[in-house]
Amino acid sequence: MSGNYWEAVIGLEVHAQLKTKTKTFCRCSTQFGDDPNSNVCPVCLGLPGALPVLNSEAVAMAVKTALAFRATLHGQSILARKNYFYPDLPKGYQISQYERPFSTGGYVEARLEDGTVKRIKLIRIHLEEDAGKSLHTITESGTAVDLNRCGTPLIEIVSEPDIRSSAEAYAFLYRLRQTLLYLGVCDGNMEEGSLRCDANISVRKQGTGKFGTRTEVKNLNSFRGVERAINYEVERQISVLESGGTVEQETLLWDADKQVVRSMRTKEEANDYRYFPDPDLLPLVIERSWIEEIKKSLPELPGEREIRFVSQYGLPAYDANVLTATREVADYFEETVGFSASTEPKKVSNWIMSEVLAVLSEKNIEITRLAVKPAQLAELFALMNENTISGKIAKQVFEEMCRTGRSAGEIVRAKGLVQISDEGALKAIVERVLENNPGQVQEYKSGKEKVFGFFVGQVMKETRGKANPQLVNELLREALG
Amino acid sequence: MSDLRSLSGVELAGKIAAGRVSSRETCEVFLSAIEKDDHNCLISVRRAEALAEADNVDKMRAQGASLPPYAGLPLVIKDNMVVRGEQPTSCASKILKNFKSPYDAHVVEKLKEARMIILGKTNMDEFAMGSSSENSAFGPVRGPVDPERVAGGSSGGSATAVALGLAPMALGSDTGGSIRQPAAFCGVVGLKPTYGRVSRYGLVAYGSSLDQIGPLAGTVEDAAALLGIIAGHDKRESTSADVPVPDYLGALDGEIKGLRVGLPREYFPDSLDSRVRERVMDQVACLEDLGAEIMEVSLPHTEYAIAAYYIIATAEASANLARFDGVRYGHRSSVSGELLEMYRRSRSEGFGREVKRRIMLGTYVLSAGYYDAYYLKAQKVRTLITRDFTRALEKADVLVTPTTPTVSWKLGSFEDNPVQMYLQDIFTVTVNLTGVPAVSVPAGQVDGLPVGVQIIGRHFDEAAILKTARKLEREVNR
Repeated sequence: MSGNYWEAVIGLEVHAQLKTKTKTFCRCSTQFGDDPNSNVCPVCLGLPGALPVLNSEAVAMAVKTALAFRATLHGQSILARKNYFYPDLPKGYQISQYERPFSTGGYVEARLEDGTVKRIKLIRIHLEEDAGKSLHTITESGTAVDLNRCGTPLIEIVSEPDIRSSAEAYAFLYRLRQTLLYLGVCDGNMEEGSLRCDANISVRKQGTGKFGTRTEVKNLNSFRGVERAINYEVERQISVLESGGTVEQETLLWDADKQVVRSMRTKEEANDYRYFPDPDLLPLVIERSWIEEIKKSLPELPGEREIRFVSQYGLPAYDANVLTATREVADYFEETVGFSASTEPKKVSNWIMSEVLAVLSEKNIEITRLAVKPAQLAELFALMNENTISGKIAKQVFEEMCRTGRSAGEIVRAKGLVQISDEGALKAIVERVLENNPGQVQEYKSGKEKVFGFFVGQVMKETRGKANPQLVNELLREALG
Repeated sequence: MSDLRSLSGVELAGKIAAGRVSSRETCEVFLSAIEKDDHNCLISVRRAEALAEADNVDKMRAQGASLPPYAGLPLVIKDNMVVRGEQPTSCASKILKNFKSPYDAHVVEKLKEARMIILGKTNMDEFAMGSSSENSAFGPVRGPVDPERVAGGSSGGSATAVALGLAPMALGSDTGGSIRQPAAFCGVVGLKPTYGRVSRYGLVAYGSSLDQIGPLAGTVEDAAALLGIIAGHDKRESTSADVPVPDYLGALDGEIKGLRVGLPREYFPDSLDSRVRERVMDQVACLEDLGAEIMEVSLPHTEYAIAAYYIIATAEASANLARFDGVRYGHRSSVSGELLEMYRRSRSEGFGREVKRRIMLGTYVLSAGYYDAYYLKAQKVRTLITRDFTRALEKADVLVTPTTPTVSWKLGSFEDNPVQMYLQDIFTVTVNLTGVPAVSVPAGQVDGLPVGVQIIGRHFDEAAILKTARKLEREVNR
């Protein structure tokens, strides 16, 4: 089998758009989706005479990211011009970093499917500006250019070729994106292009030290695209090699519609970018004290938080992983636990993983927009713990809370959902149910114990679900002898 | 009224401030001189705007408003500084022939704050690339003393305008001598300030690490006054220095007794025209008479300066001029075709020969495989030259050199030998490579043509060179 024989060697280059208010070198807004060419000025339009001034917010976010990945920060780095002609690049060069990036090294701890963590090393992280957008479809006669995005800050994160499969690539990208979101430096939206990924792929026989010839696959604009494109390209390279051919070093484009990679014209890859230090900008100096300050502002990162959730709350690893998927869900969990002294964290976890996440996916909203806040959810738990309502009723109440934003107590009172724990009242209902269903009583007594559930259901029906289930069980057993 | 044209800017400003002549009358005198000009000094004239601005100053003055000291004083500026409005900023290039800027350069804002009146934009070498002001899409500037000779460049239009009295003062830009060399050829004062002293925001870039805007004027006093107006920190320019701006006018009359004047040995080679040497040494003798201490210094890496300069300047230019691609503004070829074809044709049609030559050169020195041998090596040379200057300026307070090896040459002299013309920049380019300030002042004549003496100072010490220049100016005029 070729799968055992060949090994994929993959490195990823990720471009993440930083969530700064203004652009990298001018004070234009970075707002996505505004009218074309409305967020522009002489600087980002590349008008004659206009000059760049670096946005310190972009640097702070870049530094934050490098710190989160335990990268080495360089006190002095160089902003360089990368020269090429393209209509959406108004200066004819992109301001980027080349020989001396602000950050080198570091790693991403990717959590693989089997639960193990693989440390994937980074080569570098550097700061650069984005280009505009060429719109090829909106005019009949040619291409239109929107320069709103032009000059938006990006960081490029380049991994070592430590990745061995599409699944590892996925895990790497997942943890990377998750971390960027935790840091609040990128919105991680691959569809809108705020997170973009290219892959360098080669294959080699397992056990060989030398790398094979690599290709670069661009345009991987979804998680699924990354996985599929890598699988496709790895298989392609293997079949080329197995049929005695050689892999050509080239740049390929992933075509998500046709699910194939195709070659870019050789002209475009023959670029010599002629990088040189941008004389309009001084070397980027990042003071130690500033780094320390930013370090203090770092949030707890997903990997650390996951571990803490297991140790502090006694949660299973699975729960900890699900709950820390986003910072907001993890915060929600911890706040709810904080308000629910008498509720087991595991019970809170169960509830969030089933009920809360279901509502979020059904409504397609972020947890921060959920009408039910942690304190209100805790109130619902309190009602369950006091036996005021049953778990089943609680689910109904929760739905109502999500819909109306009213508190659990209010809903329970208004709808008369208080659990019936009055033994006398329940006993009467139990007796009525048994009386009305003599056949089933007969079956039960002849040994068909399954029928017990039928009686419970009937009592619940009579009480519209409000009966205390434990009490119902006891009373039924008693009555049935 | 024409005697207004023989007054210095400071004198004229005094007259206007005292109400003895209006800004409008003053501007009209200069505008009509500009209109009669046959030296091709100006590319565009802002007659209507200038007169409206002048009327406004006159009106405010009549109403007793408090106005800045040079309010209403006219001047001209080189056509590579953007001015918002109907007049294009062309850089003397076909590619920007019709480009209208939607914003003002920092220096233009400063002039407007000072309520000075920009009469028009001066001719120049295309994109400031040249030493003769012949490389212009609008035709060459003709020298003020002999119209068959060059005005020098690239700020030849500004220098000639001042020499001919078309404006009392002017702004130029200096990347390798482009203010000082035409000043020397035209017999006027030209100052290149310290790199970072004047904001480059709105100056169309040639060599960004070398470019600096500065004044050209008939007198050292006017140059000092104009520098005071345009100098200072600008947050929009990352290489603009946050260094306090002293009172340049106030510093002019200080003593130079005990001033240590260094003569760099390498700037007085045996091959130097002996008459140029004599004029410069006459100036040195004047300084000595005034109590200055003359000493010889050495700038040992001078011989590598021209090569380093033309590598660095063209490398930067090759990127700086990439934006002129016909996509958003400027000339676009009428021949339609594929994108690459559009770029190729627009740029081939839009740029002149010298600009293309420098873009090619700059592209070459940055190319893979050549970067280390050329660009990187040139940067190392630059570091060495800077060290030379630092050492020399530790020993001496100012350095004195000829501004140029020769006087102005005949138009077309270097048409087929551009490198020979590059070599003429030997005494000026080192100053840009190191960033120090330098001023050229008239030092008499050779064969009836002006010679300039260059005074070089320490970083941000324009006051010292202006003070020294002022002493020489008095000697020459005596």
